[in-house]
Amino acid sequence: MTDSVQEWEVVIGLEVHCELNTASKLFCGCANVFGDEPNTNICPTCLGLPGSLPVVNEAAVTKAMTLGRALGCTVSNSIFARKNYFYPDMPKDYQVTQYEEPTNSDGELALGDGSIVQIERAHIEEDTGKTTHVGGDGRIHGAGHSLVDYNRAGVPLVEIVSRPVIRSARQAKTYVEELRAVVLAIDVSDARMDQGSMRVDANVSVRPVGSDELRTRSEVKNINSLRSLGLAIEYETRRHIDLYEAGESPLQQTRHWDEAAGRTRDGRSKEDADDYRYFAEPDLVPLEPTQAQIAAIDESLPPSPALRRTRLAEAVGVDPADVAIVVMRGQDQLALDAVGIGADGAKTLARIENELAVEDWSAITADALADVVTRETTGKLSATQAKHVIAGLVEAGGTVDEVVATLGIASVDSGELVGMLDALIEQHEDEWARLADGDRKLQGFFVGQIMQLTNGQADGKIVQTLIAERLR
Amino acid sequence: MRATELAEAVRSGERSATEVLDEYLERIEKRNAELNAFVHLDEDRARARAAAIDETVAAGQDPGPLAGVPVALKDNMCRAGEPTTCGSRILGDWRPPFDATVTSRLSAAGAVIVGKTNMDEFAMGSSTENSAYGPTRNPHDISRVPGGSSGGSAASVAADLVPLALGSDTGGSIRQPAAFCGVVGVKPTYGAVSRYGLVAFASSLDQIGPLAANVADSALCLDVIAGHDPLDSTSVPDHFVPVSPAVDAGVEGMRIGFVSQLGSGSDGVGGIDPEIDAAAKRAATALEEAGATVGEASIPASVYGLSAYYLIAPAEASSNLARYDGVRYGARVDAKTTAEMMVATRTAGFGDEVKRRIMLGTYALSAGYYDAYYDKAQRVRTLMAREFASAYESFDVLISPTAPTAAFKLGERTADPMTMYVNDVCTIPANLTGDPAMSVPFGNNSAGLPIGVQVIAPALGEFDMFRVAGAIEEALR
Ligand SMILES: [Zn+2]
Repeated sequence: MTDSVQEWEVVIGLEVHCELNTASKLFCGCANVFGDEPNTNICPTCLGLPGSLPVVNEAAVTKAMTLGRALGCTVSNSIFARKNYFYPDMPKDYQVTQYEEPTNSDGELALGDGSIVQIERAHIEEDTGKTTHVGGDGRIHGAGHSLVDYNRAGVPLVEIVSRPVIRSARQAKTYVEELRAVVLAIDVSDARMDQGSMRVDANVSVRPVGSDELRTRSEVKNINSLRSLGLAIEYETRRHIDLYEAGESPLQQTRHWDEAAGRTRDGRSKEDADDYRYFAEPDLVPLEPTQAQIAAIDESLPPSPALRRTRLAEAVGVDPADVAIVVMRGQDQLALDAVGIGADGAKTLARIENELAVEDWSAITADALADVVTRETTGKLSATQAKHVIAGLVEAGGTVDEVVATLGIASVDSGELVGMLDALIEQHEDEWARLADGDRKLQGFFVGQIMQLTNGQADGKIVQTLIAERLR
Repeated sequence: MRATELAEAVRSGERSATEVLDEYLERIEKRNAELNAFVHLDEDRARARAAAIDETVAAGQDPGPLAGVPVALKDNMCRAGEPTTCGSRILGDWRPPFDATVTSRLSAAGAVIVGKTNMDEFAMGSSTENSAYGPTRNPHDISRVPGGSSGGSAASVAADLVPLALGSDTGGSIRQPAAFCGVVGVKPTYGAVSRYGLVAFASSLDQIGPLAANVADSALCLDVIAGHDPLDSTSVPDHFVPVSPAVDAGVEGMRIGFVSQLGSGSDGVGGIDPEIDAAAKRAATALEEAGATVGEASIPASVYGLSAYYLIAPAEASSNLARYDGVRYGARVDAKTTAEMMVATRTAGFGDEVKRRIMLGTYALSAGYYDAYYDKAQRVRTLMAREFASAYESFDVLISPTAPTAAFKLGERTADPMTMYVNDVCTIPANLTGDPAMSVPFGNNSAGLPIGVQVIAPALGEFDMFRVAGAIEEALR
């Protein structure tokens, strides 16, 4: 089995749909809001009533082009097209999208792991409504009836289509994470997979290692988290390999990720669904952005996550991949500032990465962070103490001295305690070795020694923590 | 009475809008059962509206250029709260919650909308026989069709049931019935009149325009409904130059071309009745006498117009009509699954001609056929636009017959769709190019049936088009 696994390589292309966070929908003035009462944000146009016509929301086009430019795409004159198929949550029974001549084409995304994923296109389209099947376990087969909410119908989407250059489930996840970071940095989408404002379809195929052919792929839909994306790709990869090794071939088909069962399932039959009869949407005119508009978008772009990683990595002296999380969380400026003040780079990164993984870390200033890290580096605070101080700063704000006082750390300089412990370990090598072997009784011995040396001024808890740290 | 005169009389207080409306409603009451021109009357709203206009006049204010003029809408134009059937069963009792832009512009100009007129289902047809509400009859001879698809509007104006009506023209659906009924019918430049609120047949070809008893009335109506509309992305942004002043401006010095392929010559589209060809040539002579120079214009691609049109229009229609699926509004035939419900609804709701065109269009857009059909048809369209553009280098305006024949008998052409389709052969080119065109009555044939002459102008050349139309009308006086 292991031998045969190594003969195959997986080929993945991702289609990521991002709902743009515009105030209104793509072709009408209805509010673009998630979670409202069903069918409250609707009008003749997004319901596709007879006689209604679409009018393009300029803000959506600007956001789409901004995303395109952030992904290094060429922005060209573009046209809308109709994708024709019948589905009850699609009001017109066609979707307005872009087919030939999309707005954004030929971009790329540099990932935190150093790889680069080419992007074929990032086109604009409208979202559909949402169907809920009532009865029959929520599945269409056996459902008593279906309810359709058209609030989402007509919400602007950008579909980012990667080239089939992704080579692992891990890289696929990194790509989506990176895309999410870009989208958030330029504020064009909430990019929440759990709410469906970012949706990922994975085109998966396998081929013998060393080959450059593209074999039959399956398109996996209904992936609702990064974790599922990885699992679905792994499942599909295995399934394809198994089929080939059994002398069979996978079918080109749409499959759905079944989260509960941890597997993909046959989607709707594609026998009559593949011909979408695309043609240019006659109700809309071409989008023709001027060079000035594109230049203005370029000027508005914040530095890309890739650039921010390089910048921070250089300042700290580590590999760009090591600062990926901090950049993704948007804490790179804090790190740069703290390091600029003089804090140690590696320690600063470690503290941010570990201690600021909380929702709201905005109370901490670069000055305070640099102060804590410097105290840690100079032995005035132990690692544990530094963590506690940072937690205190995040929670209550204030200066480092205030937090240290509140935590009662100031009574005996923990730097001194560290020195005492070092000396004690040297003097009592045997006892320390036994403690390290698990003889817990000896912890009391060392605490007692330090209490003696400090005339009982040291905080017993801190001493215990110092010992525990040293043992680790 | 002319619409222009009616409006003046109401504005000046000489006649009340209520009295005018009563007179027209009485005529409708008398003749509609026989003609079946109206499918829906909004009597109560019309009376309330007329009363309001009378109050406006009494208060010393001006209700607008169409003050008190009764107007009919083809039943594919939305008026909030009123039935809009498109001559189909599939819309059921659906009532739009909004006004078409033309509806609100007519109302703002003081017009009194009296109701909706009959039409070929979804505007697909040339005789108004393809209506779920039965055929409309030609007021000149009730054994004959009024043309179509705006047959109800054309017949209502011809019978003086209203002085003005709106129609929609995708391949000739205003001009051909105007010719058959002896009235004026105008298809403006694509984008000159907003399509917002017009139920789509073929979006890149559809255009709303007036039908009237004379050129001046049609000009008055067009001046009210034309102009940029932000609700229609294909609406022309330019200011619309009013055409009313053009009607009496004369044609002195104008260069007019007779489109040879749309006559009865051997290089032409074929099937043009010599009597009609002769009438169009007499109109050309009359224009020459009025001071224009007349020559022969050549549009060789005209012969492909019909084929291109019967691919493009059905293709767009197959997509536009997909929404009638029984899910959200209109008729629904229940079935076990959603897909079966959609099929059952569409099978019961659409008539044969609509189904035929949905199938044609679906086929033309299908993978593997797109290039051979839809794409090639679009190339013909481009070629035709180029040929017209080159003709406009030598001519200001072009003329031709409007329809190959005069009104035919009911049932005469329903068996073979092709004999119906060729009715549009002279009118289709202007839809494909987007240029304005109109039909002006020019006498009768030997059987006493009206004949129409078509005037075609370059895009946004409505002013010149109305100069020529006015002169043709004048020549008959
Ligand atoms: Zn809406």
